[in-house]
Amino acid sequence: MASTQIKAQLNDLLNSMFAMDFLDEQFKQLQMLEDGSCPGFISEVITIFCDDAERILSLITELLSKPVVDFEKVDAYVHQLKGSSSSVGAKRVALVCIKFRNVCQENDKEGCMATLYEIRREFDELNKKFRTMLQLEQQIQALDSKR
Amino acid sequence: MGEDLDLCECDEEPLAAMWPTDIEDKSNKQFNIEKPGNTEENLLKEFQSQEEKHKLDFMKLAELTDYSDIGSHQLTSLVKQYKFRRANAFRLLQEELDSLSKQRQEIEQRKQDILQEHRFVEKNQISVLDDGYDIWGAPDLERAKKVTFLYKNEIDVGVNMTGEYGTVGYWKGRAVRLERLLEDSLKRENILVQKLQECAKMEEQKLPVEELSSILKRADNFLHFILQNAPIVIAHQDKDLRYRFIYNHFPSLGEEDIIGKTDEEILLGSEGVKEFQDFKREVLENGKAAKREITYATPLFGKKTFLTYVEPVFNKKGEIIGINYMGFEVTDQVPSDSIFRLECFIHASYKFKIIFDFISMQLVKREKLAKYREEMAVQKAKETELSKTIHVTEETMRAKQMLATMSHEIRSPLTGVVGMAEILANTNVDMEQRQLLDVILSSGDLVLQLINDILDFSKVESGVMQLEETKFRPREVVRHVLQTAAASLRKDLILEGHVSEDIPLEVMGDVLRIRQILTNLVSNAVKFTHKGTVGINLRVVSKPNSLQTYTANATENPVTQKCCAETSCSSKVGKETENTGEEIVWLQYEVYDTGIGIPEKAIPTLFKRYMQASADHARKYGGTGLGLAICKQLVELMEGNITVKSKENEGSTFTFMLPCKVPLEQDLSDDPDESPTVSCSGLDPMEGFFLFKPKTFHRPKSPDSSHLKQTSSVDHDKKENGKSRPNHQSSGQVLLVEDNKVNIMVAKSMVEQLGHSVCVVNNGLEAIRAVQQTRFDLILMDVHMPVMDGLQATRLIRSFEENGYWDASVGPTCQSSPASSSLSQECYDETRKRKRTPIIAMTANSFAESASECLDSGMDSYISKPVTVQNLKEILQNFFACNL
Repeated sequence: MASTQIKAQLNDLLNSMFAMDFLDEQFKQLQMLEDGSCPGFISEVITIFCDDAERILSLITELLSKPVVDFEKVDAYVHQLKGSSSSVGAKRVALVCIKFRNVCQENDKEGCMATLYEIRREFDELNKKFRTMLQLEQQIQALDSKR
Repeated sequence: MGEDLDLCECDEEPLAAMWPTDIEDKSNKQFNIEKPGNTEENLLKEFQSQEEKHKLDFMKLAELTDYSDIGSHQLTSLVKQYKFRRANAFRLLQEELDSLSKQRQEIEQRKQDILQEHRFVEKNQISVLDDGYDIWGAPDLERAKKVTFLYKNEIDVGVNMTGEYGTVGYWKGRAVRLERLLEDSLKRENILVQKLQECAKMEEQKLPVEELSSILKRADNFLHFILQNAPIVIAHQDKDLRYRFIYNHFPSLGEEDIIGKTDEEILLGSEGVKEFQDFKREVLENGKAAKREITYATPLFGKKTFLTYVEPVFNKKGEIIGINYMGFEVTDQVPSDSIFRLECFIHASYKFKIIFDFISMQLVKREKLAKYREEMAVQKAKETELSKTIHVTEETMRAKQMLATMSHEIRSPLTGVVGMAEILANTNVDMEQRQLLDVILSSGDLVLQLINDILDFSKVESGVMQLEETKFRPREVVRHVLQTAAASLRKDLILEGHVSEDIPLEVMGDVLRIRQILTNLVSNAVKFTHKGTVGINLRVVSKPNSLQTYTANATENPVTQKCCAETSCSSKVGKETENTGEEIVWLQYEVYDTGIGIPEKAIPTLFKRYMQASADHARKYGGTGLGLAICKQLVELMEGNITVKSKENEGSTFTFMLPCKVPLEQDLSDDPDESPTVSCSGLDPMEGFFLFKPKTFHRPKSPDSSHLKQTSSVDHDKKENGKSRPNHQSSGQVLLVEDNKVNIMVAKSMVEQLGHSVCVVNNGLEAIRAVQQTRFDLILMDVHMPVMDGLQATRLIRSFEENGYWDASVGPTCQSSPASSSLSQECYDETRKRKRTPIIAMTANSFAESASECLDSGMDSYISKPVTVQNLKEILQNFFACNL
């Protein structure tokens, strides 16, 4: 019973995420993969994605804090982040990434700083939701295994 | 003769400036002048100082001048000349006297006039005048002096009286002046007369002999001046052909040895002497002068050629009394040049008063000459030899160059043939056609292998081969070599590898070449082994103490040569530290097999090119015989050594040792993100044992045939074990090239979902390495990647597929182990051959990753990111359908 409740909660969360464009169709691909053969695949991918994004964001922050900004390097990191976010279907992060790349290619430091802040905000929001999601999944799993 | 010299030297005259010192010395040394008793002492002395090289018989000379036709003629002309000169002198004197007496008469006349004019006569004056007259009559110095004295007294008186007697004084003064003029005139006249008398006296005293000798002296000087360096001999011989006179610029005999003797007596019948004597007799008989070239070969002065002129000498009656001859040396230039040098040397010796016995001198001369000729001959021979060697070397070089060029030229069209055959093999062909194609392809590969071998070999020989120093992992190398061998293995053999624990994870060296050597040895081992094991042992050994002797011994008697490493292989012994702080380890690779072994007698020539153990082997097993020669060359190029021990029918072990630098710590910890790790290995990097068993499949699939895990995914095993693949028929090996971890996870998972196995690498370079090691059915290639992007990697892979070798730019940048060209040839699974691996780009749809660019680089298709299962499925199905 509790399991179904939590599942519903998870479903609501996911739906809201899709609705708010935090996630897109790509995430459904992951869900499909998990259902097909790999239980725990999504949690694994998400964990990796979050760790990776966290790392990239801190690297970009560090680059932008330097007096002379290596925009190429920043761009490369943003590209990476964009790649991984679109892979997991983190739509909003990916969109901001595209925006970031445009700003970055104009060597606009101020714009970069602003966009970085935006990405950070988006990512934090997503991260929060992912964690909730993972927690819910864990609970479901725990309940399922008890059963 | 030397003793004589000392005596002679005492009498030596100071040198006439005209003559060089050495000649002077020489002449005195070899010269004894007979004293012509009737000549004055000083005359003799003049002769002594100026007569140089004549060897003359003075009596005979006098005789000659007296009795011979030429001599008397000469005397007559001399006398005529003398007479003429005397007459001339007399005439000149007469003329002078005439003019003087004329003057005197004039003066007298004037004086008379003056005296008559004044009628003034004084006693003294008259007497003076009388006396003065007498003076003219009989010129006497004494009287002239007296007169002058008298006059002086009177003049003094006269002058004193001038003041006292007015007019008388005036006349007296005038008279005195006139007297004085007259007196001066007289004085001059007197002196002239005196001189005249002296001259006359001297002229009268000169004898004809004196005149003659002075003329002779002048002629002699002139001749000496001209002849001092001329290679000329002038001589006079009497009727019996005995020398009476000889002039020789380079006399080597004393006068007493020549004068009065004949050529035959002097030269003892040497070659040419008789000819000359006959020639002279001929002239004597005919009475006509003649010329002839005569070559002497005597122990005295070696071989010399003279152009001789011989003329008869007649006496006044017209009878022949002897001959004059002149010889001009015209010996060939080279020897005469050498003789000239020798002469210079001999002259120098004289200068330093070194006494040469003329025999020894001749010996020296001859020895020198012989030596010189010998040297000339030797030098000529050397030059010929050298030019021959140069010629041969050039030929060899040209031949080698041509071989290399030819090989290259053959390879290009051959790749075309092989490539086309491959394409044909990929189309639908029936079994028979496929078999034929297989023959074409395997033959083509063999030829390519051979050509690559030749190219490698000539590269090493010509010193063009450059070693690259890159970081690599020895374990990986061993594993890859075995894996590659396993891939093409079609025998029931076990391939194993043992890497000892103390082998460093990474070392520096030319991994291409090391792989090449190992692959060569392993494929050799596989070729000659029909059952059992082929394996590689890798361990650290101590530096061989004397590499040279070790190698030498090994090649001489390699069978008994025990691997020194086996005994000394304790853990850290092999490490040493250089000054630079870099550690050097000696790695010993052992390739062993349980094959047919090598007969003992074949071992010494084993490493020689084109050598095979026997003709039987060559027939049975094929091959070029270059493989081991190349291995040896490469090992030695890397300053290592290679040995072999073998027992027939039991197996062989090839051992080679190479020094490798161990990279410093900071090199190891480069950038963890970028450090190359082929994640598909999925192995502990320090794992030291590999085992590859033969696959019994009809069509072994390269690395699948081993027990190696194919992916790095932790849950890959889980999945593989726990789940049966849905589409087993269409399953293939997919290489995923992607740098983004998240993307990797997603894409890999998707491909696996579709039933294919996945190997993941992180950039283009690693992709190339993976392609070198394994055949993939399809490559999913990200475009934007660090180190090497997908476009370039694709281009290189395509170029390899077309040309059969890797672009040069790949090798040096590879840190791990890209295969060498010849090696790569062998990488192929024989059953699959080379074919175009489909490469599918994964583009991010950004402007930098345009689809057309991907296709231009040689990619077959593209999917846009993020990839979906559906997209992938479509693409994979497309490509697998036509390939499998």
